[in-house]
Amino acid sequence: MNLLLEISNNALAVTATLTGIGLVFAALLIAKLISPKSYSVKKSEPYECGIPTRGESMIQFKAGYYIFAILFLIFDVETVFLYPWSVVMRSLGPQGLLCIGIFMFVLIMGLAYAWRKGALSWK
Amino acid sequence: MFNFGIWTSEFNKFLMGFLPEWATVLVECVIIAVLVLLTYTVLALFYILYERKLCAWFQCRLGPMRVGKWGLLQVFADMFKILIKELISLKDTDRFLFKLAPYLVITSSVVMLACLPWGNGLQIINYNIGIFFILAVSSVGVLGILLAGWASNNKYTLIGAMRSGAQMISYEISLGLAIITIIVFAGTMNINELVWAQDKAWFIFRGHIPAIIAFLIYIVAATAETNRGPFDLPEAEHELTAGYHTEYSGIHFGFFYLAEYLNLFIVSGIASLMFLGGWMPLHIPGWDGFNNVMNYIPSVVWFLGKSFFVSYVIIWFKWTFPRVRIDQMLSFEWKYLMPLSLANLVLMAVFVALGWHF
Repeated sequence: MNLLLEISNNALAVTATLTGIGLVFAALLIAKLISPKSYSVKKSEPYECGIPTRGESMIQFKAGYYIFAILFLIFDVETVFLYPWSVVMRSLGPQGLLCIGIFMFVLIMGLAYAWRKGALSWK
Repeated sequence: MFNFGIWTSEFNKFLMGFLPEWATVLVECVIIAVLVLLTYTVLALFYILYERKLCAWFQCRLGPMRVGKWGLLQVFADMFKILIKELISLKDTDRFLFKLAPYLVITSSVVMLACLPWGNGLQIINYNIGIFFILAVSSVGVLGILLAGWASNNKYTLIGAMRSGAQMISYEISLGLAIITIIVFAGTMNINELVWAQDKAWFIFRGHIPAIIAFLIYIVAATAETNRGPFDLPEAEHELTAGYHTEYSGIHFGFFYLAEYLNLFIVSGIASLMFLGGWMPLHIPGWDGFNNVMNYIPSVVWFLGKSFFVSYVIIWFKWTFPRVRIDQMLSFEWKYLMPLSLANLVLMAVFVALGWHF
């Protein structure tokens, strides 16, 4: 559409974002107007299959997820570096291929290290 | 091929005739917003029925049949019912984050929907880094899911959100690498240019071996990214009641439900855009008569047909494969899928450098 409409992409992205926010807001408003309301102590308790909840729920959590989050950070930044390379790959020629080969070799070494250390196995 | 841009530019000229420029832009933005909203809701409703009917057929049932002809009005009844349900507010939740989460999930899927090319000239946001923008916005949806699980103050939602977060961020890498494989081949990230680059033949045929491997990796990663099929352990009913949205009721739950189906459409749309030619008809080099016949089928039909086909495959997975465990899921990604997609990227780079493609 914007190819011929002469609206900047940023304006369109803002329009789409506002549309999303507006959709949630409007639907919530309608639901609040037409839905029933009642209050009871039992109803406002967390639903854990009928058993009363015990202790805090916002707690320190299994470290395994954290290790995968760190690994994700490394490899996601790597893919971010790969995007610009992939666009200009054809014009860079063999030298670009060699450079990205070295870059990927270092990263694969990192993955191999994490693998060897046991960071990739779920405990 | 019919170019829908002719209609939009005529409409633009018509508005410019009697309105100042800022008012034209405003009116057009409002029209675009309404169209996106309509598309979003119609697609989500269609997908709910599509999945329910397909599930029924895989299990030799009929699916919803009572409301309307062949149950076609069932989804409208469901949506209305969900709208009139009570919004339960729980004690000890983090109220701000609890209410923020649906906004993040829905907004990210609306923006991604606005990036997809629906037909020749039917595209809203057209950045020169288009596909990268879509992936960046999709990460915001993960944040919404994590917030939803954390803010609910419930152990099951917390576990569900953590699993979902770990799964989505892990498979995002393979997804990104599969897309990079195609970008290496195409040399552009602009969605419109990506589609036009497939004028000769679709990327999955032009890039043969590495492109087909990338397509398979993409389908697996996309299934995990949408929390579906064998990778639906964030919502494993027998372990975690309902996963990260256990504590959401009424339309609050409906938002997550809608976004889930829209995300299914969006990953299928990206698959058809990157591998199966987007709205580009099936072209075979040299067969000019055949290509001209194919051009008579409208571009919107091509795009939707391909997207619905990929969605069909992803829904099919769910009824064929049993659910995996979390350790199997993570080791499958990090020990098999990601090294494979890195190797495939190198293979594609070598193929492109040596010109072993057509």
